[in-house]
Amino acid sequence: MALKVDIKKKLGNFVLRAAFTADQGVTGILGASGCGKSMTLRCIAGIVNPDEGRIELDGTVFFDSDKKINLKPQKRQVGLLFQNYALFPNMTVRQNLLAGLRAREKDREKADLLVGEMIRRFSLEGLEGHRPAQLSGGQQQRAALSRILLSRPRMLMLDEPFSALDGYLKWNLELELTEVLKEYGCSTLFVSHSRDEIYRICDQVCVMDRGTSGPVIPVKQLFEAPVSKAAALLSGCKNYSRARPAGEKRVRAEDWGVTFTYEGEAPEDVRYVGIRSHYLHLVPSGEENGRANVFRCRVVRIIEDVFSMVVMVCPEGAAPDGQDGQIRLEMSKESWEEFRRREGEQKEVLVWVEPGDVMLLC
Amino acid sequence: MDWYPLYNSLRIALISSVIVFFTGICAAYYIARLHPVLKGFLDVVLTLPLVLPPTVVGYFLLVLLGPRRPFGAWFLELFGTRLVMTWYSGIFAASVVAFPLMYRTARGAFESFDETLSDAGKTLGLGNVYIFWRIRMPACRQGILAGAVLAFARALGEYGATSMIAGYTPGKTATISTTVYQFWRTDNDALAFRWVLVNVAISAVVLLVVNLLERRERTRAGHARRSF
Repeated sequence: MALKVDIKKKLGNFVLRAAFTADQGVTGILGASGCGKSMTLRCIAGIVNPDEGRIELDGTVFFDSDKKINLKPQKRQVGLLFQNYALFPNMTVRQNLLAGLRAREKDREKADLLVGEMIRRFSLEGLEGHRPAQLSGGQQQRAALSRILLSRPRMLMLDEPFSALDGYLKWNLELELTEVLKEYGCSTLFVSHSRDEIYRICDQVCVMDRGTSGPVIPVKQLFEAPVSKAAALLSGCKNYSRARPAGEKRVRAEDWGVTFTYEGEAPEDVRYVGIRSHYLHLVPSGEENGRANVFRCRVVRIIEDVFSMVVMVCPEGAAPDGQDGQIRLEMSKESWEEFRRREGEQKEVLVWVEPGDVMLLC
Repeated sequence: MDWYPLYNSLRIALISSVIVFFTGICAAYYIARLHPVLKGFLDVVLTLPLVLPPTVVGYFLLVLLGPRRPFGAWFLELFGTRLVMTWYSGIFAASVVAFPLMYRTARGAFESFDETLSDAGKTLGLGNVYIFWRIRMPACRQGILAGAVLAFARALGEYGATSMIAGYTPGKTATISTTVYQFWRTDNDALAFRWVLVNVAISAVVLLVVNLLERRERTRAGHARRSF
């Protein structure tokens, strides 16, 4: 599959500019709420019309503003799983599935057979006569997904499929969904604001920030080497500072008043430096010698999380006002206890980060 | 007792309810998709009969349909029948007066409809006709049903515009409401009272049916929730 999207749509002050090519496999669109992810899916499905641009799937042109092509959603054959699943409330599960099949299979007996198969495949036995309101969230999702698969879509689009579910249900459904995606080999666009879901489910990912899409990159690359601040933010990085180059492999973090040594290539227009809170370490006194990137900080707060400790610190050189200068460290409770045992209660600590863990962002 | 007014009232109310049912739904469906300015204008025009005195509606109808007016004259020449002072003149009056009730309740029902259901239908390849009749209408059923019942009740009780456009001719254009007025005016209190009872009985039955329908709907929804 090759889905080529290059569209523009204006909605009041908001401008959507989505341009990406999605190949075989599961492609994630990662972005904060309201960044235009769902709108992009709706444009591809044909429910919303872009102002200009072009959408093409495997050589079929869905939309082309120059050539005045705008294929009806019914003719596009793309399956869209809505956030609220959009099961028809007046129909039973079986009728819902039959509706998915209606456009393609007119023969009543064959349709019944196919629906029966799908009901077994998705463990919906015994629920055929139930209405959507009588189903649990997970059952609703399975019913909606099987309805879509019965319509034999050329590609699948999932719009935040887990956002309407409770935490403990999510995990099972996610495993199930990954299995289904593998089994049907359907090329998929997966929209989510959760980096964890994207990391586990997708092969490649496109980051969307305030209406503008970035390049499609392998998922691993996003998490190991994000290039923009938005990408780093979405990949879970919590510490940022404005930055400017400061000589050979050195960068000055202005909000923190610290100069870091880094490894690897820096992008041309470095504007930020980012460090993940897990990659910052506390250094016991006397062990700082010979290490690069050690700096002295004042401890601001210590927060006990469920499985980890969060230590908020403020570098010596940071601007005294505001939260911008604060850095967040995360560590296991054991390491924290170990540090406390050796060093006792400290107002000031030494913090260290490996040069390879300093991310330069534009 | 001559039962003609009952028969006439019922057929006028039924026929105009059917007309209003379809035109009201069509108007509600299509006007929602228009440009806001045009939508606002049409909305006012179509709702006016609800707030205007029925005599004003009757006046407008006479101006439009009267035998010496352009449309009425054209119709008379073409089909050889007049549009006013006949039994079916009441249909025009009842339809115009009942239309806003159907239109507004249907519009309210359509507005609360979750459009993603229609979108989902489209992406599944379902046609627009199927989506309208099998998804949108059932989801809006309660509102539309309520609108239809209100429209029927209003059409049945229509007096002002009807008396102007159809008049009162016993055995020809008499309806329950015009009959009540006629008997009372001619000091025939006993007969007037009988027709009042008939009218109250019909209205009570209509309301009872509405309540029963609503209760059935509720218990079904309640069942759904309990077994969840």
